[in-house]
Amino acid sequence: MDNGQQQEWQRRRRTRSIAIALALLALVVIFYVATIVWLGGNVATRRL
Amino acid sequence: MAELGAQTESLDRGLDRAFDPAVLAGGSVGDFIALMKPRVMALVVFTALVGMLIAPAGQHPALAVIALICIAAGAGASGALNMWYDADIDALMQRTAARPIPRGRVMPDEALAFGVVLAVGSVFVLGVVVNWTAGALLALTIGFYIFVYTMWLKRRTPQNIVIGGAAGAFPPMVGWAAMTGSVSVESLVLFLMIFLWTPPHFWALALYRARDYERARVPMLPVVAGPDETRKQIVVYAALLVPLALAPAFLGFGGPFYVLSAIALGAIFLALSLNVYRVREGRAADRAARQLFAFSILYLFGLFAALLAERSLALWSA
Repeated sequence: MDNGQQQEWQRRRRTRSIAIALALLALVVIFYVATIVWLGGNVATRRL
Repeated sequence: MAELGAQTESLDRGLDRAFDPAVLAGGSVGDFIALMKPRVMALVVFTALVGMLIAPAGQHPALAVIALICIAAGAGASGALNMWYDADIDALMQRTAARPIPRGRVMPDEALAFGVVLAVGSVFVLGVVVNWTAGALLALTIGFYIFVYTMWLKRRTPQNIVIGGAAGAFPPMVGWAAMTGSVSVESLVLFLMIFLWTPPHFWALALYRARDYERARVPMLPVVAGPDETRKQIVVYAALLVPLALAPAFLGFGGPFYVLSAIALGAIFLALSLNVYRVREGRAADRAARQLFAFSILYLFGLFAALLAERSLALWSA
């Protein structure tokens, strides 16, 4: 693998890593939003 | 024969390139997006959205958006797994030779892992976050497309896309189920519309791509039964589909705008199908098949867009 190929390979790998990180972040947001929706007003109206 | 040799050589070059350290595990994000068949995914999301919007029970908008994301991911998983399994025949067909695996840009194992993760993830999230009826239907859709259509039927019978077409018809049912937790006659009608639309749509393509399918030994109807029988079958399915497309009006979820759209679009669809039946020789025959293929996409999009427009207007004015 020459220098140019190595740089291209690293660039692709970096963008893929960013895409995977964004997908994981999206998953976190999905579960966060879903939890808020499920809880609704129940946290505020719970018995103390 | 020489053409087959050239194609095999091209596949060999692709595979050699795939094992070249310079490209090993080097697929770009764009290549992985291509694996998900984004155009098919767009149609899947659109039909699922219509299924969701015509459903009576309301789901929280945030959960509805999550359901759509899961359906899109499930469609992407199906595309990736299909490309993984069909990489050998994709390399032999002009239409599909540039896909990421035959080109050696994505390794088959990477595509398999990507597809499995997406499939399991989308079904799990849809089931846990929205409801398990929708999750199970999405699993059925992906499973049907991969195991029944891709692995079992596609290379064995000319009825491959008739039965396999069910996979593409499920998304509105998944959308409906995401909103209501159940399946209904309305969602079944949307399913049947896509189910009956699929054969004329794909057979129109297969008519002018028959050599591609023949080379790859995929037993599409024009290859096995001949173009004349295919033309007859296209007209039969079009004649069944066009009246069925009026069913939403009788079931109360298609209003006057939908009826007018279904009649106008249906008339053109039937006319183009009859044109394919009538024009059988030379370039004109190819042109007729291409016209029907292109219009068939517009037809399905138009029907669902009309339902969407009416429903959106009703929700807006409510």
